[in-house]
Amino acid sequence: MAELPNTQETLTADTFIRGLWEENPVFVMLLGMCPVLAVSNSTLNALSMGLASTFVLVGSGALVSLLRNWIPKQVRIASYIVIIATFVTVVDYGIQAISLELYAALGAFIQLIVVNCIILGRAEAYASKQRLLPTIVNSLGTGLGFTLALLSLGTVRELLGNGSILGIPLFSDNFQGWVIMILPPGGFFVLGAWLLFFNWLRLRKERQATEQAGVTANAV
Amino acid sequence: MNSNVQIQPAAAPAWPMLRTLGGIAMISGLLVVLVYLFTAPIIAEKQRILTEKAVFRVLPGAVSKQDFVITEAGGLAPAGEGATGERVYAAYDADGQLKGAAFTGAGAGYADLVHVMFAYDPGCQCIIGSKVLKSNETPGFGDKLDLDPEFLKNFKALDARLNADGTALANAIVTVKHGSKTEPWQIDAITGATISSNAMGRAANSAAQRAVPAIQRDLATLSDTH
Repeated sequence: MAELPNTQETLTADTFIRGLWEENPVFVMLLGMCPVLAVSNSTLNALSMGLASTFVLVGSGALVSLLRNWIPKQVRIASYIVIIATFVTVVDYGIQAISLELYAALGAFIQLIVVNCIILGRAEAYASKQRLLPTIVNSLGTGLGFTLALLSLGTVRELLGNGSILGIPLFSDNFQGWVIMILPPGGFFVLGAWLLFFNWLRLRKERQATEQAGVTANAV
Repeated sequence: MNSNVQIQPAAAPAWPMLRTLGGIAMISGLLVVLVYLFTAPIIAEKQRILTEKAVFRVLPGAVSKQDFVITEAGGLAPAGEGATGERVYAAYDADGQLKGAAFTGAGAGYADLVHVMFAYDPGCQCIIGSKVLKSNETPGFGDKLDLDPEFLKNFKALDARLNADGTALANAIVTVKHGSKTEPWQIDAITGATISSNAMGRAANSAAQRAVPAIQRDLATLSDTH
């Protein structure tokens, strides 16, 4: 039996918000890059991929958390993978039932949620040690953080590549789509630009903090 | 004493491992089966509507359709529940007259197989319409297959006559370089999207080679069934 470490988290707002910002799976932890680059070519694809992954995260996290005292550590990875695969299959059928066109657009990436390291990572690092409620809240935060990241790529790529958001054209017919943005290289460009932006923000904040500290020290 | 303890590793708990894996597998199986039973009819219905929409789009004026499968003998048989085999969709207008037949084909394109539905008119023995069902071709190039009016003209009356035995097309459908179309069984490629155009030609040829002989052989069945 895996011993339970004594680090039970109490449920706070931070349990949820951490996944959205501080520990954003894409922009901070750089996890799950494969679906991020591949299916962020339109807003709708990005949104559905994000929500599908969120569902798998929450579902598998909840089940892992419930079973955490019964899973011997020797077989924990195998157990997590079976649980994750179950929820992926559920999502797979669900999306087919919602829209076959959407299912065709997302292609193999729905099935590939199984190997998304964000989900296995959450199961191993969080769900297997925490109680049910914090796990659900934390998984929801991480999932929405992932969705947010996908959306920030998807909207930019669809806007530049196709001149539309969610399929609604925003420019006149004269707009010539920047096709490369919808193609795989566009994913790398936009992801790079976002990472650059977030790192610039972080550095600026740190510089301001040190300057502030310097001013205070001098004043003293 | 101490060394004795170290030689014995923490005994792998066989029963808890078995119990856990077996239990999780059972929960998983149950969940998947439940979701499958719930979604299977919805998915089948969506698939049916999608096919029907495509058939009515390639054969304008059609209001009802009937499914057939190509039999091993090379004829057509009404597709019953769970029938397997390549499908031919017969479409009828409001008076119940046969409007034409539709069948699907696939050809390797730039990214993946391009799946296309073709409409066939037994009267003129030619393909009279096309619609791409599924393709991953480059946006802006490959998607012209379904949108470029110049290219779609190829499928207004694409010759698909049978040879004397009625076993295959008299002339294989081929895609030719843009501007060099001379025969009615040729497809004029889109400049800049040659690979996608070729995929379309191959899809049309392979599908017509199989479906047209069967349609012509059992034309009476198609017209009567309704």
